Amino acid sequence: MTQTPTVVREFEPFTPRLGRVGAVDAVALEARAAELAKRSIKKASKLAALELVVRMIDLTTLEGADTPGKVAALCAKAMRPDPVDLSVPHVAAVCVYPNLIEPARERLGSSPVRIAAVATGFPSGQYPVALRVADARAAAELGADEIDMVIDRGAFLSGRYAEVYDQIVRVREAVGDAHLKVILETGELGTYDNVRRASFLAMAAGADFIKTSTGKINPAATLPVTLCMLEAIRDVHLETGRAVGMKPAGGIRQSKQAIQHLCMLNETLGREWLTPERFRFGASSLLNDVLMQIRTQKTGAYESPDHFTVD
Amino acid sequence: MGELEQQQPGLDWEYAPAPESRAIVQLRDRYGLFVGGESVEPVSGEWFTTASPATEEALAEVAQAGPEDVDRAVGAARDAFTSWSRLRPAERSKYLFRIARILQERSRELAVAESLDGGKPIKESRDVDLPLAAAHFFYHAGWADKLEYAFPNRSPRPLGVAAQIIPWNFPLLMLAWKLAPALACGNTVVLKPAETTPLSALLFAEVCRQAELPAGVVNIVTGDGVTGAALVQHEGIDKLAFTGSTEVGKQIQRELAGRQVPLTLELGGKAANIVFDDAALDQAVEGIVNGIYFNQGHVCCAGSRLLAQESIVEPLVGKLKRRLSTLRVGDPLDKNTDIGAINSKAQLDKITELVASGESEGAELFQPACELPERGYWFPPTVFTNVAQSYRIAQEEIFGPVLSVMTFRTPAEAVEKANNTAYGLSAGVWTEKGSRILWMAEQLRAGVVWANTFNRFDPASPFGGYKESGFGREGGRHGLESYLRFDG
Repeated sequence: MTQTPTVVREFEPFTPRLGRVGAVDAVALEARAAELAKRSIKKASKLAALELVVRMIDLTTLEGADTPGKVAALCAKAMRPDPVDLSVPHVAAVCVYPNLIEPARERLGSSPVRIAAVATGFPSGQYPVALRVADARAAAELGADEIDMVIDRGAFLSGRYAEVYDQIVRVREAVGDAHLKVILETGELGTYDNVRRASFLAMAAGADFIKTSTGKINPAATLPVTLCMLEAIRDVHLETGRAVGMKPAGGIRQSKQAIQHLCMLNETLGREWLTPERFRFGASSLLNDVLMQIRTQKTGAYESPDHFTVD
Repeated sequence: MGELEQQQPGLDWEYAPAPESRAIVQLRDRYGLFVGGESVEPVSGEWFTTASPATEEALAEVAQAGPEDVDRAVGAARDAFTSWSRLRPAERSKYLFRIARILQERSRELAVAESLDGGKPIKESRDVDLPLAAAHFFYHAGWADKLEYAFPNRSPRPLGVAAQIIPWNFPLLMLAWKLAPALACGNTVVLKPAETTPLSALLFAEVCRQAELPAGVVNIVTGDGVTGAALVQHEGIDKLAFTGSTEVGKQIQRELAGRQVPLTLELGGKAANIVFDDAALDQAVEGIVNGIYFNQGHVCCAGSRLLAQESIVEPLVGKLKRRLSTLRVGDPLDKNTDIGAINSKAQLDKITELVASGESEGAELFQPACELPERGYWFPPTVFTNVAQSYRIAQEEIFGPVLSVMTFRTPAEAVEKANNTAYGLSAGVWTEKGSRILWMAEQLRAGVVWANTFNRFDPASPFGGYKESGFGREGGRHGLESYLRFDG
C-alpha cells in the first residue's frame, strides 16, 4: 500500500485532466450510432467482415457451473470453430474464470488462441483492494495471457475517481506483461458522460483495452455505448499517439449486430483498428450465428442451426 | 501468444455497392400536365427533358406549360373550389389521411424516383423526405376539421385558388409542405414543381387519383421560370406561396405589388452553426456535417457558416476534417452513399465559381481525397478556414457542400457575427449550458434556432425566415394562417 502509483508516461496526472474530458450529447450520439447501423454490407465485404468477427471473438463462459469438461469443449470450438469448413479462422481468445485457466491451457496447448481470465472480484468488484489485486496477480501467474478486470463502480459513482485510477494502476503492475482489459460496466454508470470519463480514466491508468460490460448486467454493449468509448479512444490516440483497444461484451448475439459494430469501428477509428489486436467481441452465442452466415455467404442457402455444434 | 504482437495491419475493408433497385419505379416516356384530374397534353405543344444529375441520363419528357396551360389549370382549380371548400371538413380530412397513407405505401418507389431525378442519396429520400412528406399530410389531416379551434372566434375561411411554386432541393417534401395546409384549409391548388425535378410531383398526381381526390383540387403545371411567371401574373389566383431564391422572391413581390394576393416567401439563408467551448465536440461535428453536407448543401436553412469559439477551433476543425474523409460521395441509389450529385449543371457552376472566389480572396480550402464519378455533376465536401466576415463565401448563399469556418471569443461576439447577414432563416447553438441556449435563442434573428442539433423538421413546428429569408410560416398552427382569411 506504500507504493505510489506510476502514471503512464504519455499522460499527466489524471485529476487535472478531468475538466478537459469533454461532454457527450446523448441524443446526438444515439442518432449517429443509429445512422451507422444502417450501412448496408453485402457480398465480399460481408464475408470479409464475418471472418474478421470470428478472429475478434473472445469466446466466453462465465458461469458458476463451469467445469474443466465445459471449458475443454469451448477451447476445441475456439481453435476450430467450423469442423466442416476449415478455412474459418480460430477465435482470438477464450474468456474464463481463474479456476479454469489451467484446464484451458491444457486443452489449447500451443494454439495461438489466447486465454483471458476475469479477475479483481468479477463481476461486482466489491471486495477489499488487496484481495482484488491478489486475484489479478494469481490469474496472471496461472498463465492467463489477458486479464479482464472490473472497475470499482461504487467508488466511481461516489466521485472517488482517483481511487478508481489508483486501483487500476495497481492491477496493471500486478499482472506484469499480461494484456489488461478494463471493464467499465457501462450499464451501471448511468450516463454517457460517465462512460467517457471512466474510459479516459482507465486509459490513463494503463489499460490496453477498455471493455463495456461483464455480461451480468443489462444493458450491456449497445451501439451508442461502444461509439462513445471509440470516440474516447480516438481522442487519446490523437492526443498521445497511444492506441488502446476496445471490447464490447454482452448482448451481441447476431452477425448483424457485430457487423454494425465493425462499421462504427471502421468509420470512427479506421483500418488500423480492424484487427483482433485492437478490437474484440466478448460473446458466446454470436459465434454460431456468424458461422451460419459464413456458410450462407459461401453456399447461398441457410442451414439449420443443428448443423453447428453447441458447446 | 506471439501472434498478437506482430502488429498486422487491419483489414482493408471496402463496402461493396449496395444499390437500391430502380425497377420499383415505372417511368413513362412522357408526362403531360395534371389539370382537372386528368393528364393532358400542353396547349403550348412544348416539351422538355428531365435528366438524372448523377448520370446525365434522360429520364422522361415533361410538358412545358405556357400561359394558356396555366390559365386552364387555374380555371380547373376555380371550378373545383366551390364544392371542395363546402365539403364537410371531416371529409376533407379523410382525403388527406388517404394521401398520407398512399405516400407511405409507395414510399420506396417515390424515394427512388426522387433520388433518380434530383441526385440526393437514397438513404436521405428514404429516411427523411418521404417520412416527413407523409407526416405533413397526417398532421394537416388532423387540422382540417378543427380550424375553429385553431382560431377561436375568428371564423376562418379558405382563400380560394392557391398558386404554389416549389424548389428542386426537396421536391416531394416541399410539395407536401405547400399542399397539405392549403387543402386542409379548403383551398384548391395550382402547383409548379421545379424544372429540374418534376418527376415526384407527377407521380404525386397519380397518388391524387388513387386517393380519388375530386378533380381540379390539385393541378400540377410543369415548366421553367416562364411557367412560374405566368402563374404569378394570372388574375385568377387568390394566394401565392413561393419557396426558392431570394432574387426570384423579390421579383414575385414586385409583380404582386398592388394586387390583393396574399404572399408567403421562403427564401435563402446563410445560417450560423455556433459551437461553444463546452459543447460535446464529437456530436457537434455530426451536427456540422448534417448542417452543411446533408442533401449536398442544397438546403435553404443549411448551416453554411461555422462559428467556433476560438479556444476549441483547432480540435473541432481537426475532428471535422477527419470526419469528412469518411463521407461517401457517389451513386445516389447506393444505400451507403452519404453525399449524392449536385442537382444541375447550373448549380455546379455556381458552386465552383463561389469556391474559386473563396480561394482567391485568401481563405484556406480543405477537401478530403475522394473519387468523383466521371459523368454527372459532382462537388466534394469542402471546408474553408481563415474566412473573414467580408469574403463572398461568408456572405452569399452557396447552396452547395461548402462550409466557411470563422471564430468568436465571447457569446456577444457570436451573436453579432451570426446576425451580421442579410438572411435569417435558421441558426444552431452547441453548448452544454441550458441558460446560454435560451439567451442565444432570444438574441438570434433567425426563424428557427436549433440547440445541440441541426436540420430537424417536424410538421408541428413553424418554419420561416427573418429579413431576406422571407416571411410567413409553414407548419404548425402558424402555417395554417397563410391559407385562411378571417371574417371575424
